[in-house]
Amino acid sequence: MRRLLGPLVTVLALVALNIVLPRVTNPYYFQILMLVGINIVLAVSLNLVNGFTGQFSIGHAGFMAVGAYASAMFTLKLGAPLVASWHGVPPPVAEGLALLMALVAGGLLAAGAGWLVGLPSLRLRGDYLAIVTLGFGEIIRVLILNIDAIGAARGLPGIPQYATFFWVYGAVAAVIVLARHLATSTHGRALFAIRDDEVAAESLGVDTTRYKVLAFVLGAFFAGVAGGLFAHFLSYLNPSSFTFIKSIEVIAMVVLGGMGSISGSVIAAIVLTLLPEMLRSVKELRMVIYSLMLIVLMITRPQGLLGTRELSWSGLTRLFRRGAAAKGAA
Amino acid sequence: MSEFLQQLVNGITWGSVYALIALGYTMVYGILRLINFAHGDVYMLGAFFGLFAARALGASEHPSALSALLVLLAAMAGCGLVGIVIERAAYKPVRRSSRLSALITAIGVSLLLENGGILIFGPDPKFFPQIIRSRQIDLGAGVTISNQQILILVVSLALMIALRFIVLKTRVGKAMRAVSHNHTAAALMGISVDQIITFTFMIGSMLAAAAGVLVALQNPKIDPLMGIMPGLKAFVAAVLGGIGNIPGAVIGGLVMGIAEVMVVGYVSPAYRDAIAFVLLIVILLVRPAGLFGKAVAEKV
Amino acid sequence: MTSRIRLGIALAAIAALGLLALGCGGAGTGGGGNSSGELVIGEYGSLTGGEATFGGSTRDGVALALAELTAQKQGKIGGLNVRVVVEDDQSKPEEAATAVQKLINQDRVIAVVGEVASSRSLAAAPICQQNNVPMISPSSTNPKVTQVGDYIFRMCFLDDFQGRCMAKFAAQNLHLKKVAILTDKRNDYSVGLTQYFGEAFKSMGGTIVVEQNYSSGDQDFRAQLTSIKSKNPEGIYIPGYYTEVGLIGRQARELGIKVPLLGGDGWESEQLLQIGGVDLNNSYYTNHWALDAPDPKLQSFLKAYRDKYGKDPDAIAGLAYDAANVLFQSMEHLAESDAKTFAGLGSKGGATDRKDAAKKLRDLIATTTNFPGVTGNITLDENRNASKPAVVIAVKDGKKTYAATMNP
Repeated sequence: MRRLLGPLVTVLALVALNIVLPRVTNPYYFQILMLVGINIVLAVSLNLVNGFTGQFSIGHAGFMAVGAYASAMFTLKLGAPLVASWHGVPPPVAEGLALLMALVAGGLLAAGAGWLVGLPSLRLRGDYLAIVTLGFGEIIRVLILNIDAIGAARGLPGIPQYATFFWVYGAVAAVIVLARHLATSTHGRALFAIRDDEVAAESLGVDTTRYKVLAFVLGAFFAGVAGGLFAHFLSYLNPSSFTFIKSIEVIAMVVLGGMGSISGSVIAAIVLTLLPEMLRSVKELRMVIYSLMLIVLMITRPQGLLGTRELSWSGLTRLFRRGAAAKGAA
Repeated sequence: MSEFLQQLVNGITWGSVYALIALGYTMVYGILRLINFAHGDVYMLGAFFGLFAARALGASEHPSALSALLVLLAAMAGCGLVGIVIERAAYKPVRRSSRLSALITAIGVSLLLENGGILIFGPDPKFFPQIIRSRQIDLGAGVTISNQQILILVVSLALMIALRFIVLKTRVGKAMRAVSHNHTAAALMGISVDQIITFTFMIGSMLAAAAGVLVALQNPKIDPLMGIMPGLKAFVAAVLGGIGNIPGAVIGGLVMGIAEVMVVGYVSPAYRDAIAFVLLIVILLVRPAGLFGKAVAEKV
Repeated sequence: MTSRIRLGIALAAIAALGLLALGCGGAGTGGGGNSSGELVIGEYGSLTGGEATFGGSTRDGVALALAELTAQKQGKIGGLNVRVVVEDDQSKPEEAATAVQKLINQDRVIAVVGEVASSRSLAAAPICQQNNVPMISPSSTNPKVTQVGDYIFRMCFLDDFQGRCMAKFAAQNLHLKKVAILTDKRNDYSVGLTQYFGEAFKSMGGTIVVEQNYSSGDQDFRAQLTSIKSKNPEGIYIPGYYTEVGLIGRQARELGIKVPLLGGDGWESEQLLQIGGVDLNNSYYTNHWALDAPDPKLQSFLKAYRDKYGKDPDAIAGLAYDAANVLFQSMEHLAESDAKTFAGLGSKGGATDRKDAAKKLRDLIATTTNFPGVTGNITLDENRNASKPAVVIAVKDGKKTYAATMNP
């Protein structure tokens, strides 16, 4: 029973916040909050591939796009009619269920794409894999631009806004919990081993192929979920939201937070979503500042904010104690 | 048949542009194992420096072969300098870091050049002055080539021969080859590895600048984001030929150019950009070392 | 594991509390911090990113309108100061939504001008509609934009009208029977025009011999043009942006294609002839205006724009200028006819007052008739689209000249 306490409290907190926040918060801030949540899911999912397994994937926007369009089409063709037909069920529940189904559909399709991309990773290393993933991201975008049924260049409007705070931050909690579980499990150990030294891992009997593909598939699944949430929040999809620049933004979050650190990705996602909003006054300089930040970060602190460590009570208290000790000594 | 030949002519012309840019990629990768993402943006800067040089020289009022040459040289000099600055400021500090850090730095430099370009030059496309008047030359069988296309082919060829000469016949070239084999051994032989790396960047950037000016002479619209796609495609070309292999980059560039034009003409132009990546994936799956590269066993 | 969950909940709670505090504060004061009531108008556009020229043009057009209001009426309507807040959307649809949210909830704007690209208008329009904020798009041409709701307007004609105009011109004025189309697949505007031109041209008895496409940003179109040439069309319809059209024109002429080239208002720019030069002779495109037309209003706008910015305006700047002026005029009418409701528009107005005022403003905008804009005589029809004639511009001897007017 104790094991259920944590999840139960989390769910209750989410439900409570879901009811309270939209009424009380400025919609502009609420919008940013939702985008922060989606970006956290993206950052943590990319961390599974880049941080845990050490594979260079720079086409993450492609998986997000697959999930976004797949879940949107699912809702438009199946989900919305279903919701309309469920007369007895209260709308939040019906819409939530429809969203859940759409997210799973989008995530699975994105995971399939992740599997396709993971396959070449059998034979490729480092920089080559990076460019191949970039290529896949671009190919997916070009494909979307050419399929008229999902809107092509004109986009896909009219997606019902099923994504609420509950679902977005529920997904955040889910991906964080999963990543944490993975990190502390034997599978996680295998992934870290591959990151540290692939040849050594292989010679110790780790099935590197299987694990690398697993990392891609999981990362892609959650990117797809993030895409689905994006679609059902913005209610309009356009291929221009899923360019190489988007992939770079997610990479920046993972790199800033520290590859391999889940809490780092979370913090970086929050910072890098809020930063452009705070820099609105210098809008023309925004991208220049962004790129300078990347360069300076890599030169001065390539391990990012947290490196491979996680945020924890003991870590924080140690920081404070050390700070107090330094003050005491000074 | 004449359509095919015409497409072939177009393909070879674009292929030589990709070859020029690919040479820069391949040399830097050979020496540093770094994909210089910013290389495509150096190509863009070459076009812009050429534009400013042309304006300063008043080349559009007095078009001549000499002013075109001066513009080309000015652009090459400018970008050579840019290459040196980028290498010293951004890449040297991360040389000891992981490959991913270096890649991210390269991406950061690329974004900086693009957005800095938008900020400084303005986002709207600029018009590159017509220093060489366009003339069509009929090759027979319904195929035409413009004098600008011929210029591209000739200058590219000249630069490639010059590069080959430098790499194979001079001491500096020998040092470059040594460094690309093994930094430590080269340093033990008394070669200043830092200087050679900087020199390589400079040469690569100069070649990219030349490509930029040549393209701008023919397609006079330039804008700060024009380097992204050619840069990526040139990288694919370099991989195709065997990354680190100089003749391979040239062949790769030509193959890339011809493949792209053929796909656009006979399949669908919508997939023009995608073909580059499809080609890349196929090559990496079938023959990762590229056409001319050697498969290197990974040492533990 | 339990400590992690505890930590997570604690962090989430702190974050939520922080946001609550911020949010409550934010919703209350409303950003601007102005002591006297003001009329705040929002403008969102792509000031950075791949389509930065459009955002720049929009901003310049609106700024010129505001400058003239300042010169003529001390920048006041109905006694209240007019202020324009500009936000960047980085050429991304999701940023357009965020920008509009900020404008509406942080700056408390009463109306919004934007966007140029239909994709970004479509992302932002639902938010404006939900919040009862009139939105006037200067030049989004996708029909779906105004279908979002009755608070969404546009200043330009739709793709279907423009496509039909050129089809008519090609068939009746140029007597063309076989035309090829070269579409910019990456551009929803171009895709739309292609569709409508094709339908209209075929219904007038013509044939489309081949359809090719390219992506904006491409530099080389010889492959497509070679293929088009082999099908011997009598004309080529190129409904793209001037950035590529200039190059396409040159390459077409280099390849020996001599037939007329046709296009839409995306051709309109100072730089079209710079890039295309004499190769664009014998081409025609539909547009909102002819810059050499003897219309005094247009000429004084041109002079003012050239004085202020040192360059010629493009159609987007002109449309944005008209959008701002239509808004100003509607606000004036409201101030004159119903001062009490008008007061609700000021930034000090309470929520219900603002809603009433917004509704009245919307109604006034919707009844705009024969407004003398620089981009033509503007009348908003029942779908809130601008009903106005299109002008056909011909390029002769390296210069743009007026060729014909096509009425709706």
